[in-house]
Formats: sequence, structure tokens, C-alpha cells
Amino acid sequence: MRAGRHIAGWLGRLRPGLLAALLTAPLAAGAQSPSRVVSMNLCTDQLAMLLAGDDQLISVSHLARDHRSSAMAEQAEGYPINHGRAEEVFLLAPDLVVTGVFSAAVASDMLERLGIRVERFAPASSLEDVRTNLTRMGAFLGREAAAAEMLARFDADLARLSAEVETRPRAALYAPNGYSSGDRTLAGEILAAAGFANIAAEIGYSSGGILPLEVLVMRQPDLVITSERFPAASRAEELFDHPALDPQAAPRTSHDWVCGTPFVLRAVAQMAEARRVLEAK
Amino acid sequence: MRFGVLIGGLVALTVALFAASLVTGPARTGMGAGLLALLRDDGGPLTLVMREIRLPRALLAVMVGASLGLAGAAMQGYLRNPLAEPGLIGVSGAAALGAVLAIQTGLAAAIPLGLPLAALTGAAVAVLLILMLAGPRGSSLTLILAGIAISALAGALTSLVLNLSPNPFAANEIVFWMMGSLADRSFTHVWIALPFMALGWGMLATLGRGIDAMTLGEDAAEAMGIRLTRLRLTLVGGTAAAVGAATAVAGAIGFVGLVVPHILRPLVGAQPSRLLPASALGGAVMVLAADLAVRLILPERDLKLGVLTALVGAPLFLHLIYKTRREIA
Repeated sequence: MRAGRHIAGWLGRLRPGLLAALLTAPLAAGAQSPSRVVSMNLCTDQLAMLLAGDDQLISVSHLARDHRSSAMAEQAEGYPINHGRAEEVFLLAPDLVVTGVFSAAVASDMLERLGIRVERFAPASSLEDVRTNLTRMGAFLGREAAAAEMLARFDADLARLSAEVETRPRAALYAPNGYSSGDRTLAGEILAAAGFANIAAEIGYSSGGILPLEVLVMRQPDLVITSERFPAASRAEELFDHPALDPQAAPRTSHDWVCGTPFVLRAVAQMAEARRVLEAK
Repeated sequence: MRFGVLIGGLVALTVALFAASLVTGPARTGMGAGLLALLRDDGGPLTLVMREIRLPRALLAVMVGASLGLAGAAMQGYLRNPLAEPGLIGVSGAAALGAVLAIQTGLAAAIPLGLPLAALTGAAVAVLLILMLAGPRGSSLTLILAGIAISALAGALTSLVLNLSPNPFAANEIVFWMMGSLADRSFTHVWIALPFMALGWGMLATLGRGIDAMTLGEDAAEAMGIRLTRLRLTLVGGTAAAVGAATAVAGAIGFVGLVVPHILRPLVGAQPSRLLPASALGGAVMVLAADLAVRLILPERDLKLGVLTALVGAPLFLHLIYKTRREIA
């Protein structure tokens, strides 16, 4: 987990650094930068919080405060939240709204008709998308230098984490209802970067699909990675308790896996550690 | 002798469908290899699939089907009304409400048998309400009206509980509780359901003499030494235990207790006591067949069992209403 702590460390140090960057940023670029940015999507929330200058970001979505989905729940406490409704966002008088392609589509269309600039981000389906998203967000916020610095860190850390592996243990991502992400997804690339082979890809699911329990068992995975549980209970998650699944202390996917942000590197580190534990056995 | 042949035939059908259920599934395994791996541990994944996934599923289909068929035959015998069916009159729905409450409040996780006990309680309340509202003779009109009210209330409350759950997946599971499924069940479910089902079967099996006597009317039955209060309580307890446990593990599966006794009644000479074992076996056959069909028709879609049983059962239900419309009017 040393790598994970390292990343958490540099992310923690980032905000004072950003402040310095903002103060020294060339004024020419600053003149064009939006000063009242509202984010309406969990993933753009985090990218904006990572990159925005002080007081530039004025609201994030309510999901940003949810520990289960958001890797920056504590930071989000420092921002007023919105619920992705056109009316409340319009009243914030933003000069830029960042949101997801699929989230609150009607609200963002309406804001655009009202003359507000709306920029949309597609959900990341690869590590390359993380890089693209960082660069795009940096450009929209007028924070190109901060984005470039973060991108360089990201590339360096990813290169260090994804060291060459001799053998790839076979793992399956097993979400509620037996949904398994394939190799052409963000979660699939996290798994691959950490040195695992993906069972879903073996079966031919490139983007993902429902993997029947007995098909999974027949494939004899080395590791089954389930997701963090929600409170109360559901049949969808009860599947994880099935006696046919080896009751191993397998890692679970967390908020680091949800969005295409540099936090995915913590997920890669988590899985690389799981691979070392597996190989030590 | 004809009764013996019928029971023998139903047993043979149950065994054949049970074996078919064991060799059906998304993991393509050879028939012989699968059954061999079930009997002899090959140390590989096939034995795991056969013993931990397919065997409990097939066992549950038999157990759930037998419970629903038996409960339907017993209720119809007692009320002398062919429309009395645990699913239609809200007993399964109330059991589902009990089960959902137990799961969402954490009772099911806290107490080992909390889940089936809560479902049993829900079912018992519904049977008592039905018997109270429909009266001892169980006229079709009051029976169906009471059933509609209890079903609607139980269904609405089940939806409410699941919608209020902090778990985002729970609300999508309304369809499981309303329609039933045996997908991804395990021996855990077999063991929590079996004690209650066995108790329910045992209680319902003792009703034979009583419901035979009831065909002559309550007064005649009492004159023959049948204690009506005891008969009634045994029916309530047996139905609640069997249907409650079945619903706790498989959701509410309707129409089994309607279709099966209806088909078998002429074959047992319309004798209620003989209809009990025949309907238990017939129910097992019907649920096994439905569970095979959901895996063969659209295996990747997790079709619900209640959809298939309703497609067969609802037209029959309409036919029965048509036949009894004079009584209702």
C-alpha cells in the first residue's frame, strides 16, 4: 500500500500548490477563465475540485459528499451542493457548468438555452480517458498549468505502478447482480494495469455483462473482486455470500474506481497489492 | 388403484424434471459429467456448481412447488371453493411483506431464522384475515374481494419498504418479491426454509379426514366428530408455515395452488383428502417445469417464475370465475 499512500500524499499537498499556481498564473490567461463554475456530476465534481483555483468552483453535486461514490467526500463538504436541477443551478449565476453527458441532460439543455456555457464529459472508459478529462477540465477552467502538472504526476505514477509482471493471476470483477466489467472499461483497465487477467474478457465481454454465477465458478478465478456493500440489504449483493464463491478476504471496489480521476491510481495500487498477496501464497 | 397410478406417475414426472433441472444451466456441462460430478467429488469446479448451485435450486423448486400446491388444495378443501389460492388471496403477498421487512430492518441478519419467521407471520395474518372476512363458507365474492384488498395492501407496503431502503438495489427487487425466482439460491435458503415447510406439510397432511367431512357441510362434519376450530387453526398454521417459508426464499409465485388442484381434482375423484398429496407433487412438477423454462427460454434475462405461472394460471382463473359467475351474481 506504499504507493497508495504516496498518491494520497501528493493529492493532499496539491491545494496549497494550486494556490501558489493561481497567484503566479499569467493574467492574460486569467482574464478568460470562468469565475463561477458549477459542477452537476459526481465525476466532474472531483475533476473540478482537483483543478479549480480558489473561489472559482462555487457548487458541486450532492453525490460528491457521498463516501461510497466520491473519493473527495471530505473536500466536497467545503462546497455548497446542488441536485442537478436547472432552476437551482441557474440561480447560482454560473458562467460555466460542467456535467456528465448522461447526467441531468434535460437540466443542462435548459441551462444552455438560457445562455449559460455548459461543457459535458463522457464517462471515462479507460485510463487514457482520465488523461483526456484532466486536460479538458484544465482548459475549461483556464488552469492548463495545474492540469499539465497533474497529468505528468499521473503518467509517472502509473508507469511506476504498472511494472512488468511475469504471470497474470485471473480475476473477475463481480458487481451486484453479477455484473462483470470487461477489459474495455475503466475498471477493466485498472485491473490490467495492476497485472491481472480479466475473466470477463476471457469469456468475450469487452464492455461487460451479467456473468452467471456458475459460469464464473467454472472459470476458477484466482480472485473475485466484489463491490463495497450498501447499507440494509439486497438480493443483488446477497449473491456475494453464495457458498460457491470462495469466502476469501478479497479486495472490494471503492469510490476510487467510480470516476476517471487520478484517484484510479489508488485502485491500481490496491489491486497490485492484492496481486502480491496472492503470489505470496 | 387408479390413485396409486396417478401418484406414481407424478413421482416419476417430478424425478425426471428434477434431473433435467440439475443438468440445465448457463455453464454448459455434459449431462453425464454433471451428474457424475454431483455424486462423486472431482475436486474441480463442476462439483461445486452441481452441489452448491444447481442442487439447491432444484430442491427449492420441489419444496416451494409442493408447499404452494398443498396449501392451495387444503384451502380449497376447507373453504369448498376452487378459487382459494395462496397467491391470489394475498397470503404470498403478505409473506413477501414480512420477508422484506425482516431483511430491510436487519432482523433477518440478526436472528438465524428471522427471515422465514417474519414471512410466516405475514402469511398467518393474511390467512386469518381471509378466513375472518370470507366467513366459514367462503363465498367466492367475499373471498376474492378480501383477497384483492389484502394483495393490494401487501404489495403497496412491500414497494414502500423497498423504495425507502437505503440500498439502491433494493427498489429494483420489487419484481422478485412480486413474481418470484430461484436464481442464485443456495443451501442456506434450503436450510432456513425446510424446517418451516416440513412443519407446514405435516400440519396440512392431517387435514384429509376433516376436509373430506366438510364436503357434507359443517354440521355434518361436526356430527362426524370433526372439531372445526382445530381444523381451522391447523389450516391457518400449516398454510402460513409452508407458504411463508416458500415466499421467504423464492418470492411470491402465484397460481400454482390454483392450477394444480384444478387439473388433478377430476383425477382423484374430487376427494379432497386424496387431492392433498397429489397437489403437493403436482405443485413440485409445475414449479420445476417453470424454473426449467426460465432457464431455457431467455437464460440471460432472469425471467421470473410468477410470470410463467400467471400466463398458465390467469386464463384458468378467468375460466373458473366464468363458471362460478352465477354464484357471484
